[in-house]
Amino acid sequence: MGFYIVQVLTGLSSAAALFLVASGLSIIFGVTRVVNLAHGSFYMLGAYIAYSLIDLFGRGGLGFWGGIVLAAVAVGMIGAIVEVLILRRVYQAPELFQLVATFGVILVIQDIALLVWGAEDLVGHRAPGLTGAVDIMGTPLPAYDLALIAISPVVLAGLWLLFNRTRWGTLVRAATQDREMVGALGVNQAWLFTGTFFLGSMLAGLGGAVQLPKGGADLLMDFNVIAAAFVVVVVGGMGSIFGAFLAAVLIAELNAFGILVFPEITLVLMFLVMAVVLIFRPWGLLGSPEAPGQKGQQGPPEQPLRPAPVRVQMAGVAVVGFLALLPVVAGPFALVLTVDILIFALFAVSLHFIMGPGGMVSFGHAAYFGGGAYGAALLIHYANSNMESAMALGPVLAAVLALVFGWFCVRLSGVYLAMLTLAFAQVAWSVVFQWNDVTGGDDGLLYIVKSAWADTAQSWVPFYLLTAVLCLSAMLFLRRVLFSPFGYAMRACRDSELRSHAIGINVLEQRWLAFTLSGVAAGVAGSLYVFSKGSAFPDYMSIPLSFDALIMVLLGGVKTLLGPIVGAVTFTWIQDEISRFEYWRFFLGLAIILLVIAFPQGIAGFGRRYLGPWFGIRAEEAQ
Amino acid sequence: MTFTRRAVLAAAAAAIVAIPALGGSVAHAADTIKIGDINSYKRLPAHTIPYKKGVELALKEINAAGGVMGKQLELVSRDDGGKPGEAVKIAEELFAKDKVALISGSLFSHVGLALTAFAGQNKKLYLAAEPLADALVWAKGNRYTFRLRPSTYMQAAMLAEQAAKNPAKRWATIAPNYAYGKDAVAAFKKVLKQKRPDVEFVAEQWPGLFKIDAGAEVQALAKANPDAIYNVTFGGDLAKFVREGKTRGLFKDKLVVGLLTGEPEYIDPLKDEAPEGWLVTGYPWQFIKTPEHKKFLDAYQGAYGEHPRIGSIVGYNTMLAIAAMLEKAGSTETEKMVDAMKGLSFDSPTGPITFREIDHQSTMGAYVGRTAVKDGQGIMVDWTYEDGANYLPPDDEVRKMRPTS
Repeated sequence: MGFYIVQVLTGLSSAAALFLVASGLSIIFGVTRVVNLAHGSFYMLGAYIAYSLIDLFGRGGLGFWGGIVLAAVAVGMIGAIVEVLILRRVYQAPELFQLVATFGVILVIQDIALLVWGAEDLVGHRAPGLTGAVDIMGTPLPAYDLALIAISPVVLAGLWLLFNRTRWGTLVRAATQDREMVGALGVNQAWLFTGTFFLGSMLAGLGGAVQLPKGGADLLMDFNVIAAAFVVVVVGGMGSIFGAFLAAVLIAELNAFGILVFPEITLVLMFLVMAVVLIFRPWGLLGSPEAPGQKGQQGPPEQPLRPAPVRVQMAGVAVVGFLALLPVVAGPFALVLTVDILIFALFAVSLHFIMGPGGMVSFGHAAYFGGGAYGAALLIHYANSNMESAMALGPVLAAVLALVFGWFCVRLSGVYLAMLTLAFAQVAWSVVFQWNDVTGGDDGLLYIVKSAWADTAQSWVPFYLLTAVLCLSAMLFLRRVLFSPFGYAMRACRDSELRSHAIGINVLEQRWLAFTLSGVAAGVAGSLYVFSKGSAFPDYMSIPLSFDALIMVLLGGVKTLLGPIVGAVTFTWIQDEISRFEYWRFFLGLAIILLVIAFPQGIAGFGRRYLGPWFGIRAEEAQ
Repeated sequence: MTFTRRAVLAAAAAAIVAIPALGGSVAHAADTIKIGDINSYKRLPAHTIPYKKGVELALKEINAAGGVMGKQLELVSRDDGGKPGEAVKIAEELFAKDKVALISGSLFSHVGLALTAFAGQNKKLYLAAEPLADALVWAKGNRYTFRLRPSTYMQAAMLAEQAAKNPAKRWATIAPNYAYGKDAVAAFKKVLKQKRPDVEFVAEQWPGLFKIDAGAEVQALAKANPDAIYNVTFGGDLAKFVREGKTRGLFKDKLVVGLLTGEPEYIDPLKDEAPEGWLVTGYPWQFIKTPEHKKFLDAYQGAYGEHPRIGSIVGYNTMLAIAAMLEKAGSTETEKMVDAMKGLSFDSPTGPITFREIDHQSTMGAYVGRTAVKDGQGIMVDWTYEDGANYLPPDDEVRKMRPTS
């Protein structure tokens, strides 16, 4: 009996740090609609700063708890600074664009933390007076766990009072419901947002600081917590603090007991929970459906798509000509890099297809890229297939995944849809990762050999040409679809579900097919990638790759058709250039932040506005 | 106005991209032998920065002594970001653009395996320095790939041999939920069962790598009531596991065996909370008194003002191996270098090392001992150096695992 009580309490204490981080994220998203990827970095900074402060103040009760509180406040201030310096400049950008800026912030903070605190892990200080264990019916429980269990309800109550008993809290709640109305009523939104960021980041910092006695500070904390924090926020319902609390407890308890029955479930448990919750409650446990017109879209409605004017077409022909001539003028590595760029461009275009014209954001698009990669790799490995047929059939696996996952996903909308795609992608990833006998687990599938005519050990030219032809055709095909009745119907579903329904479009089916088509295109990119690299790994299905694609699309400009291509070229090329430098993450992050501020409509969006008229794009469209 | 600000911002972004690119292409000495170095310098810097320091120390010494074949060795070092696809791209670039003779390095097993496949398909020499995956030289091995560090199997076998001497019968294991953890548990079980058919494994826990929920995992292990525990967690997971385990009394009166736990990378951060009495593999740098190690230790401390980690010695030995190989091959032609690597023997600070012809695994060994705490630091006591050659499966078994090459 004692064992089970202690296991329940252990789960509750694990929920504490998770709840603190997630509540901050939820508040920030609720008010500002910013998907703040840097939230994990604030958590990490909280741990590091608290560690240094406790060292400074001494390990007495005052030094320890004072250090934790001060660290939280310091992180809150860093969050506010990030908001004022960076995010405030890009609120008018298309939905989700701000997440690119926060991605840049992650990279910058990672390198700064490495520079300041060094590479070695720091093991946290113990809480004075709480180092021992309490005996609960014969089973020991660390005393500090009790402190952690107490912290969450206290913070929860404090937040409830703040939101329900203060003027500022009332305004925050009002902004969560309808921020334009709050602005119209004369509330200074800028400071409201900054205040929200301060509060949210402070909670993340507090989460990082209070877990010190349970662990410590290291450089991987940021990535390790961010996915979990998003899951908690979404399961609880975005913007709901009580929901976040409930979800944190639910997930921590399921984990505490789940590992007793299925020790290997650790990788996937929380994503399974999220998928199940979202399928049955599409707005999370305690969330509420989004009010109409509250999808976070900024600015005037989009202009209809028009075919490219002659000058743009000529520019396109020039690019194709350039690619055809590249093997003659450039060295072998330029071809290697261009193959990478072409593959990622197709991947980004496939994501943009559903994200821009389709209105369905995917945070898990790597599932289909990886699906194509593993489809081809498995054929080579088990069916002794040759390169040509593996490349042709590999995307079938991507199609199957997209059909199955898409059926559930297209029933949702907005960030919930995005998070469900993430959950499915993570489930697919963990299957590939765990199923050693078939997929080779994370040791991957090696020796995915090319056919003799495309052997890159001899020359990269044939494989490069193959990639160029396949990627360009696939991209042109997706573009062509957008100008077909199918594409018009898809955009109609995005712009008005109700009206599309009224004129006889089966909205769900339309979105489902679009989702699948996009998945197949991503799969084509994946099957090319696996041959270009010669091996397949679960990384090709992982969250970072999904976000790379998302960043390419947003950086390039989600509201233009060329955006994903421009974004893929820029991102891949910059990364290749900068990674030679020792502190490359700092500079990559800084470059991304500067690009985001300079081009809030994306690079291609900016290009269209200023160069569009010369290319014959009409003025109202160029805006 | 906005356009001007935009232009400034864009120009700043362009400058950031351009500056390192310019800096990178300046240095090219004419008559050097270039070695491509690929490692995860940003993903796991606690391990890879000491590695780099060891590499650079060895290079400096080799070059000061006149280099190899009358040429200086030059390192072209790149960060793979911990991504296998990226590592392969960089390998292409190092051979195509930088004209390196061979590549070496890497820490993560999957990155090492991606480079193994690359080397096999492109017929380029790859010396895997740190990745531990058994498959790298066995199931997935090829003619062009060699590995220096003692593999998962070897280190687990060393521990299993010692563990078999303990009367403990009921064993529990805890390992991170990925290939390295799985391999480490499988190898330990196999060797322990061979020596002690009477042991049983009563619990297995598989926390996510660097995502351990230590309290719950410790409870789950305690519930199985084992006599002994085999731990494969490392890094931040290890710190959490040790702290929870101590507070909750898990380790009391139990034998605990820890793979890699004695390596300075992992035991140093624990300071006075380092576990005591665990049977571990590691690197007791303070206590190795052989003259060749003393020379290395003095040079390292003199150069960097800190003590070496396991990564440092692996990096140092990697460069010694490459220099010895080049000396023997007398050429930078891949096939000649591969032939020279086979059966190559050289002396290192940790003793003589040979690259086995049969599977391209080196016989570099590991230090096996017990942990203790002295002056607020975790150390190793009662340790011995175990030669890797004694902890490899019989030759016919190796031949069966390795594809014909």
